[in-house]
Amino acid sequence: MNRIIYLIKRQPIWIFVFVCIVFFSFSSPYFFDIRNFSNILVQASTIGLIALGMTFVMINGNIDLSVGATLALAASLAVGLQPQLGIIGAVSVGLLSGILIGALNGIIAWKTGVDAFIVTLGAMIGVRGLVFIYTEEQAFYAYDLAYANFGASSLFGIPVLALIFVFLTIIAHLVLKYTIHGRNVFAVGGNRVAAKEAGIRVGPHMLLNFILIGFLAALSGILLSTQMGASTPNLGRNYELWTITAVVLGGTRLTGGFGSIIGTLGGVLAIAILRNGMNLLQVPSFYVLIILGSILILVLFLDKRFAEPQGVGA
Amino acid sequence: MAFILCVVIFSLSTQKFLSTDNFLTVVMQASIIGTIALGVTFVVIGGNLDLSVGSLLSFATVLVVDLHDKVGPGTAILLMFVFTLLIGSVNGYLIGYLRLNSLIVTLGMLSAIQGITLVYSGGKNVDISDQTNTWFAFFGREALFGVPVPAIIFIVLGIILQIVLLKTGFGRKIFAIGGNATASLFSGLRRNRLVFSTYLLSAFTTGCAALILGSRVMGSQNNVGEGYELLVLAGVILGGTSLLGGSGSIARTVIGVLILAMIQNGLLLLGFPYYTQWLVTWVVIIVAVWLDIAAKRGKLFSTY
Repeated sequence: MNRIIYLIKRQPIWIFVFVCIVFFSFSSPYFFDIRNFSNILVQASTIGLIALGMTFVMINGNIDLSVGATLALAASLAVGLQPQLGIIGAVSVGLLSGILIGALNGIIAWKTGVDAFIVTLGAMIGVRGLVFIYTEEQAFYAYDLAYANFGASSLFGIPVLALIFVFLTIIAHLVLKYTIHGRNVFAVGGNRVAAKEAGIRVGPHMLLNFILIGFLAALSGILLSTQMGASTPNLGRNYELWTITAVVLGGTRLTGGFGSIIGTLGGVLAIAILRNGMNLLQVPSFYVLIILGSILILVLFLDKRFAEPQGVGA
Repeated sequence: MAFILCVVIFSLSTQKFLSTDNFLTVVMQASIIGTIALGVTFVVIGGNLDLSVGSLLSFATVLVVDLHDKVGPGTAILLMFVFTLLIGSVNGYLIGYLRLNSLIVTLGMLSAIQGITLVYSGGKNVDISDQTNTWFAFFGREALFGVPVPAIIFIVLGIILQIVLLKTGFGRKIFAIGGNATASLFSGLRRNRLVFSTYLLSAFTTGCAALILGSRVMGSQNNVGEGYELLVLAGVILGGTSLLGGSGSIARTVIGVLILAMIQNGLLLLGFPYYTQWLVTWVVIIVAVWLDIAAKRGKLFSTY
C-alpha cells in the first residue's frame, strides 16, 4: 500500500492518464479500441521522440528550444533531396543534420559556458532561417510513394511508427536507469560542480545529450514527413513548447537532477489522449489548449504543495 | 558595443542606411517587439521569465480589433487593457504569491491564452470594417512632427520606464529581489507584491503593442503574436540583461531590440535574402552573451 502511495506521489501524471482513459471510454464508443490506441501512439510519437531526448537534457539542468526548427530542417532535407540522393541517402542527410545541430549546440554550451536556454534560443531562430533559405519557402512532396507508404505501414497489426516510438522509449529508459551515462545525467544535473570534482567530464557529457536530442528531433521530423508524404518549412513550430510541457507534466524538474522516462511517457500520452479523446467528442481543439495549459500549472502547483519539503523563507 | 559595430558596418556598406528616414523605419519596425520587451525587462530583472507575451499579444490584438466595430474604439481600448491586465495578474498571482516556476507557468499560460483567443474569435480572423474614418488609425498609421506614432509610443514608454527603474524605490526593489531573493526577504521587501507588479507591467506594455499592431494592420489573425515571446527575450538578452535576474536596464533593452531590427534592415538593404537575418541573429545573440560572460570570468572558454 505504501509503495502504491509512493508511486502515485512520484508519477501523478499517470493517474491523470488513467482518469482520461476511463472518462473517454465511457463518453465515446470509438475510444476504447485497439485501432484507436495505436492511432494515439502514432500521434504521440512525434512529440514523444523529442521528449525522450528532452528528458535527458532537462535532467542535465539544460533545455533545448531548437528542436522544432531541427525537426523542420531534417524533414525538408529528407524529402527535398530524394530526387538527387534517393530515399536512403536523403534520410541519412536529414538525420545527420540533426546530429550536427545537436553537436553545434552542445559544443557552444560546453566551450563558451553560455546558458543552454540562450544557445538554443539562438539556434531556434537561426536554424529556422536555414530551413527557409534551403526550401525557398516551398513545401516539398515525396514523389516516391514508398516513402509515404512507410509512414502508413504496420507490423503485426501495429503501426511501424508506434513500434519505433515504443522501442526507443524502452531503450531510453534502460540507458537512463542502468548505464553509467544515465547515472551521470542525474549527477551533472543535481550538482554540476560536484560532478566535475568527482571526475565526470561534464562538457563532453552534455555534448552527448545534445547530440542525442538533435538526432531524435531529426528522426521525429522525418517520421512526421512520412506520415504526410511531404514537408513544409513551418513544420514543428512551437513543438519545443509542447515537448517541454510533456516532460514537465511527467515530473522532470527544470532545475535538473530529477526526472524519468516513465514520467515523460505519461506526459506525452496525457497530451495525445486528451487531443484524441476530445477530437472524438467533437470538442473544438481550442479547448484542448486551455485544458493543457491549466493542467500544466496544476501539476506544478501539486508538485510544489506535496512533493517538495516545505522550507523556511525562499 | 555591438550596437556601434552594427551601425558602423552597415553605414560603411550601404549609403541608404545612415539616413534619418531609414533610422525612423528601423525604430518603427522595432516598436512592437520593443514595447513588449520594455515590460519583460522588469520581469527578467526580477528574476523571472514571461513566455506568455506572444499569446497575450494575439489575444489583445484580436480583442481590440473585434470590439472596435462593436462598442467603438475608446471602449474597445479600455476593455482590451482591462482583460490584458487581468491575465497579467493571473501570471503575477501564480508566480508572485504561489511562487510557482515562472517558465512553466507562463508556458502553460501561453497555451491557455491561445485557446481563449480561439474560443473568443471562433477561429476566424477579425478586421475593422471602416478603416479610413476611425481615430483608432492614430496608433499605428500616423505620424507626429514626421515621427511615426509607434516609434513615439516605444521611445516615450521606454524613457518613462527607464526613470521608474533607476530613480524610484520600486525600481531598486526589483533589482534587489532579482539579485538576491533571500537577502531581500530579510530586508523586509514584499517579494510577492513586487513580482506581481512586474507581470502587470509586462501585460500593460503588451497591451500597448497590441494597440500599435491592431491599428497598423486594422485586423488580426488569431496567432499573430506566435513566436514573439522568444524574439522579445532575444532582444532583452542582446541588451545584456542577465536571465538570472538582478541586472539589466531599459536603455540596454532598447539597444538590444534596435540591433535586431538593424540587422534585419541592413541585410535587406544590402540585398541579402530575407531569412539571412535569422542566421545573423543566431550568431549575434550567442557571441554577445559569450563576450559578456568571458569578460566577467576573465577567460574566453569555460573550464568544464
